[in-house]
Amino acid sequence: MSTDTTQARTHGIKMDALGRGTAVNKLEKEDIALTVDDLSLYYGEKQALHNVNMVIPRKRVTAFIGPSGCGKSTLLRCFNRMNDLVDGCRIEGQIKLDGHNIYDKSVDAAALRRNVGMVFQKPNPFPKSIYENVAYGLRIQGINKKRVLDEVVERSLRGAALWDEVKDRLQDNALGMSGGQQQRLVIARTIAVEPEVLLLDEPASALDPISTLKIEELIYELKSKYTIVIVTHNMQQAARVSDYTAFMYMGKLIEFGDTDTLFTNPSRKQTEDYITGRYG
Amino acid sequence: MEKDIHSHHISQQFNAELDDAKTRMLEMGGLVEKQVRDAISAFMNLDSGLAEEVARRDNKVNNLEVEIDEECTLILARRQPAASDLRLVLAISKTLNDLERMGDEASKIAKHSIALANEGGVSRSYLEIRHIGDHVGSMVRDALDAFARFDSPLALRVAQEDKAVDTEYGTAMRSLVTYMIEDPRSIGSILNIMWSLRSLERIGDHARNIAEHVIYLVEGKDVRHAALEEMEAEVKG
Repeated sequence: MSTDTTQARTHGIKMDALGRGTAVNKLEKEDIALTVDDLSLYYGEKQALHNVNMVIPRKRVTAFIGPSGCGKSTLLRCFNRMNDLVDGCRIEGQIKLDGHNIYDKSVDAAALRRNVGMVFQKPNPFPKSIYENVAYGLRIQGINKKRVLDEVVERSLRGAALWDEVKDRLQDNALGMSGGQQQRLVIARTIAVEPEVLLLDEPASALDPISTLKIEELIYELKSKYTIVIVTHNMQQAARVSDYTAFMYMGKLIEFGDTDTLFTNPSRKQTEDYITGRYG
Repeated sequence: MEKDIHSHHISQQFNAELDDAKTRMLEMGGLVEKQVRDAISAFMNLDSGLAEEVARRDNKVNNLEVEIDEECTLILARRQPAASDLRLVLAISKTLNDLERMGDEASKIAKHSIALANEGGVSRSYLEIRHIGDHVGSMVRDALDAFARFDSPLALRVAQEDKAVDTEYGTAMRSLVTYMIEDPRSIGSILNIMWSLRSLERIGDHARNIAEHVIYLVEGKDVRHAALEEMEAEVKG
């Protein structure tokens, strides 16, 4: 009985992965968007993720940190099945979005990816106008009404804090924008189709400090509407923007807890060594 | 927490900066400890020469506070420390503040001893000063030792001692009030003893504060304003 209650209270995460009690208490009160259930991932023979158990709270920012090759991007890609595209990739366990296993045979991966949008390290706007970049997702859904598109384009560009900078040159080619603007354009394109979850894979690591701050500010604003998961190499960035942080090492989730606790008083030595820049 | 916790950074320079700030803070602690000891000794022996030296040396304590605090500021600005490193820098900075205040209290005791000597002393012993002074002196030493060794059980004992000092202080005050009632001509002189006792009691409070910073540093728990039992639970938990 006690195991059941604990499991229910912690949304089924194993306690040892969580560490501190305070984090459990805080997470307990969250509405959970995504649940990772004993997830293992193999690239051919090589196991890249080892029995990961965690939850992603809704309308919060969850950051994944860890050294290169620790599996944080791999885990991020599992949330919208980007790994389906990799040859020899095999997954065990489940990821549930709102209670439904996204790896179920009945799930349409394209529909999932509309609902779980992704932004990559390098801005990748299409070689089209700013307007068409944002409208793209709607057009491929068959929506071509100018009034609808105008409205969505403006709303998305405003949502990505880009509208004021580009409203007078919507027909210009997106490739003429600065890197920081391109990245915000990609975010606008992603939110145009109104996803539930935004996955950000190192969204600011190719940007200058000011553009980085703009992206961070944007993330703060976006979390009132979207569940955000961000992978970052910049630990201060994780500390600044996220509500929860997961530290991964060698394909394992070492510690997962609220960001404030993780950065002031982590419970695992490996976490401490990593965030303080020690050789473990 | 390991004693050499701040010596395994990939950045050797970061190791050196943390180590330097901590070492200098402990050196300043040694100086303040000496200030307290000398102030008590000046009072017991009505040694105005020594008292003046204590008052003069307070400047040095003040300067050290500013210098080492500047080091802490630079570490925060340059390194953005996290976890135990962050707690170490914060604990050093807060301890500097308490040490500086202890220095001020020592210097007050020295000044009271000069005033008392000018009035020719009183016809009674300064037993309370010696007794509470010894007690507080060992609290200061233990608090600094606890910091140097990241020893939270020792820090807890310092916090516990503070309660005993408060009780002794209350008893001493009552006995001095009785003395003043019996011999009103001595009131002026006795007030110097009372104020000095008050300063010693404050030094004990600052030693307790330092002990709390050590518990924060080692355990990661903020135990300010916590009851001793709660503090004990954090240290043992």
